Amino acid sequence: MAAPKKSVAKETGQDKGNGADLPVPDFTKDQDLRAFRDMLLIRRFEEKAGQLYGMGAIGGFCHLYIGQEAIVVGMQMALKDGDQVITGYRDHGHMLACGMDAKGVMAELTGRHGGYSKGKGGSMHMFSKEKNFYGGHGIVGAQVSLGTGLAFANRYRGNDNVSLAYFGDGASNQGQVYESFNMAELWKLPVIYIIENNRYAMGTSVTRASAQTDFSKRGISFNIPGVQVDGMDVRAVKAAGDKAVAWCRGGNGPFILEMQTYRYRGHSMSDPAKYRTREEVDKVRHDSDPIEQVRNRLLALKLSEQDLKAVDAEVRDIVNAAAEFAQHDPEPDAAELWTDVYR
Amino acid sequence: MPIQVLMPALSPTMEKGNLSKWLKKEGEAIKSGDVIAEIETDKATMEVEATDEGTLGKILIPEGTNDVAVNTPIATILSEGESASDLGKAPTAKPAASFETPAPQDEGAARAATAESRSPHPEEGATAPVAKGAGVQAAADPEIPAGTEMVTMTIREALRDAMAEEMRRDPDVFIMGEEVAEYQGAYKVTQGLLQEFGDTRVIDTPITEHGFAGVGVGAAMAGLKPIVEFMTFNFAMQAIDQIINSAAKTLYMSGGQMGCSIVFRGPNGAAARVGAQHSQDYSAWYSQIPGLKVRSPSTAADYKGLLKAAIRDPNPVVFLENEMLYGHSGEVPKLDDYVIPIGKAKVARAGNHVTLISWSNGMTYALKAAEELAKDGIEAEVIDLRTLRPLDTETIIASVKKTGRAVTVEEGWQQNGVGAEIAARIMEHAFDYLDAPVGRVSGKDVPMPYAANLEKLALPSVAEVVEAAKAVCYR
Repeated sequence: MAAPKKSVAKETGQDKGNGADLPVPDFTKDQDLRAFRDMLLIRRFEEKAGQLYGMGAIGGFCHLYIGQEAIVVGMQMALKDGDQVITGYRDHGHMLACGMDAKGVMAELTGRHGGYSKGKGGSMHMFSKEKNFYGGHGIVGAQVSLGTGLAFANRYRGNDNVSLAYFGDGASNQGQVYESFNMAELWKLPVIYIIENNRYAMGTSVTRASAQTDFSKRGISFNIPGVQVDGMDVRAVKAAGDKAVAWCRGGNGPFILEMQTYRYRGHSMSDPAKYRTREEVDKVRHDSDPIEQVRNRLLALKLSEQDLKAVDAEVRDIVNAAAEFAQHDPEPDAAELWTDVYR
Repeated sequence: MPIQVLMPALSPTMEKGNLSKWLKKEGEAIKSGDVIAEIETDKATMEVEATDEGTLGKILIPEGTNDVAVNTPIATILSEGESASDLGKAPTAKPAASFETPAPQDEGAARAATAESRSPHPEEGATAPVAKGAGVQAAADPEIPAGTEMVTMTIREALRDAMAEEMRRDPDVFIMGEEVAEYQGAYKVTQGLLQEFGDTRVIDTPITEHGFAGVGVGAAMAGLKPIVEFMTFNFAMQAIDQIINSAAKTLYMSGGQMGCSIVFRGPNGAAARVGAQHSQDYSAWYSQIPGLKVRSPSTAADYKGLLKAAIRDPNPVVFLENEMLYGHSGEVPKLDDYVIPIGKAKVARAGNHVTLISWSNGMTYALKAAEELAKDGIEAEVIDLRTLRPLDTETIIASVKKTGRAVTVEEGWQQNGVGAEIAARIMEHAFDYLDAPVGRVSGKDVPMPYAANLEKLALPSVAEVVEAAKAVCYR
C-alpha cells in the first residue's frame, strides 16, 4: 500500500507556524530504508522482550512499544548531535532509536550486570549520557518537567540544541505538565513536547479521561503552538519534527506535537486489554501499521521481498544476540547493591 | 485626647526595627492613609500609613533611630480641636499604623509577609547586631586555622555570601525559586545576587514548586549545578516527587552514569504563628532517603561552610534552614574559601554528665538547657549534628560512652523522628554504656496550632530539655 500524498498534520493552537496544514513529503529510498530498518529493530526487539517476559527472564513491569515505532524513528531523523531525549516508562523504542545498544537494553530488562544500569534500573529506568538519552522515568509526567530542565540547560549554555520530552495522553493530564508548559513558554525554552496519544492511559480511553481530546491544543493557554500528526506515518512524523525543531532552534520557545498512534499490546505485559475489542486492534494493524507502510513504499520502489528479508535477518540477528547476551550475562555482583548511591 | 502612633510590626515575627525616615513634619495635617514614615528591618523597608486624621503633634522617635521595639510610641496625632497644649494629656495608644510593601503586591509578597523572622528569644533578636548565634563556637575548631580573623554576620548574610562565592567560582551554578531575583528573596537571603549575576543565573520562577523542582533536576542531569530555593520547605511537599524519585534515585537507577548535583534549600520547621501548614519540620522525611544528603546547621559559620560544600557536592543535597535563625549573628572565619567538608557533627559544648543531641533551631533549646543544667551541677555535652544524612554516629556514640546518658532535642514529631533513629543507634552501639534510657524532647504530636500559648506548648522548650536531662540523670 503506497500511501497517497495527503495532508495528515493539522496545526492547532496559536498560529505562529507557517500555515495550517503540513504536507507529507516523500522520503528518499535511503530514508525509507533507514526508517524501515530502525522501526523493524524496535518491533523485533519488543517481540523478543515479550517472549522473554513470558519465559520469566524479565521481571516486574514491561511496557512494549509495538505499534508506535514511527514516532521515535521519525523524530530521531529530525535531530542533530547533542539534542536530548527523555521519556516515560514505555521507553525501549526510544533507547534503540537513540542508538543505544540492543544488548545493553535487553540485559537491563533481564537485570544483568551488562545492562545499561548494571541491572539496577530495569525496564523503566535506563540512561545513556553518551547517546543523550536521559531516561526512562517511572513516574507518569515527571519527565516533562525534567525534559524542560534539559532545555533550560541548553538555553543557559547558549547552544542551539533542543530537548525532546515524550509523554502519553495519560501523562498529559498531570499538573506538572502545565507548570512546565508555562515556564517553557515564559523562558522560551527549546523543548518539543511530544504527546504520544495511543488512545489509552493504561485501561482508560482518552474520551473517558480527557476533557480536551485534541492534545495539540493543550498549550493554547500558554501560547504554545501545537500540531496533530499522523504518528503511524514516519514521513509525517519527520516533517512535523523538522518544523518543531526549526521552531525551537530558532529561539521561539517550545512546540507541541500530538502524535496520533496506537499501541498493539496491553499497557504492560500483565494487561489483558479487556477495555477494547480485538477488532479495533486488528483494524489499526491492518490499515495503518507504520512498518507495513514503509515496506509497501519500498516494494513499490522495486526493492525485492528478498532485499527486505535481508534487513529483517540483520535485525533478527541483533535481537537474538541481545537476547542471548541478556540471558547469559551474569547478574550484578552482590557488592553492586551498595554502589552508585552517592558519588 | 491625643492619639499615640506605635511602632508597627511588619510581620507576625518582627520584634524591632529602624525608624529610617519621617515623611511628615510636626504640625502637618494628616489624613488617614497618608504615608507618615518609613521603617526598616534587615530584610525590608516599609511605609507606615496613618490610620487617623488630625495633625502630627509630636515626633517621639527621631528618624535614624535603630532597634525601635514594636509597640513603642513613635509619634502623637492631635485630633480636630486639639492643640500642642493637649500633648501632655494621657494619650490613647493606637496599636499599629497600617503599612504596605513597596514591592509588587502579589501572592509571593503575601506569602513572604506572613513569614518574617523573629527569634523566640528577644535577646537573640533578628536585628541585634552583636547577638551570638544559636551555637557556641567551639573553643578550638579544627576546621578553622588558628589566628583566622572572624567576621560577625547574620545567617542570612552567610547564606548569601556562600551562594555568591560559589556562583563566582563556577558558572554552572545558578539559583532559581520564587522571589529570589527582583524581590531579593522572600527572606532576603538572595539579596544582591540578581544585581551581581543577572537574570540568567538568578531566576524568578512562577509559583510552581513541582514544576520548577523538576526543571532544576533536569538541568542538573544535563550537568548544571542548580540551587533551588523553596520559599519554605512546606511548599516543597508539592515537589517532593521530583526530589526523591528523580533527584535522589537517578544515580543508582542509571548504574552510576547520571547523577544530579543540586541543592534544594529554604527555611524548614516552625516559624512563628503561621499555623499548621507553614510550620513543619521535614528533617526526618528527607533524612530517610538514600541518595540524598541532608544538612541542617545552626551557626552562621556552619551555614556558610556547609552550603558551599553542598553546592559543590556532586549529589543532591537538601539544605534545611530555619527562619527563626536567619537574623541570628555569629562569627564566620574570614577565609577565601571556607568549605566544611562532608558533615561531621560538632561538639558545641563539652560536658561529662549527659549528652544533648540536636541540630538547627533545636540547638537553641539545647544550649540554653545546658546553661541551666550547669547551675545545678550537671555538665551537659551538646552535640550539633549539622548533617542528618549521613548521620555522624561516631561522634554521638563517643560522647554517650563518656556520659552514659543522652537526650535528643528536635522540633519535629517524635514518631519515626530523627531522635528515634539516634536512640536506636545508641541502643545498637552503646547499650552497655547507658545508665538510663535515651530521652527524647520533640514537637508535640499535633498539627501546629496558631494561638500563641498553644504554639509555645507544641514546640520543645528549654524547661523540657532540662527536665528530660535531669530525668536521665535520675535527678
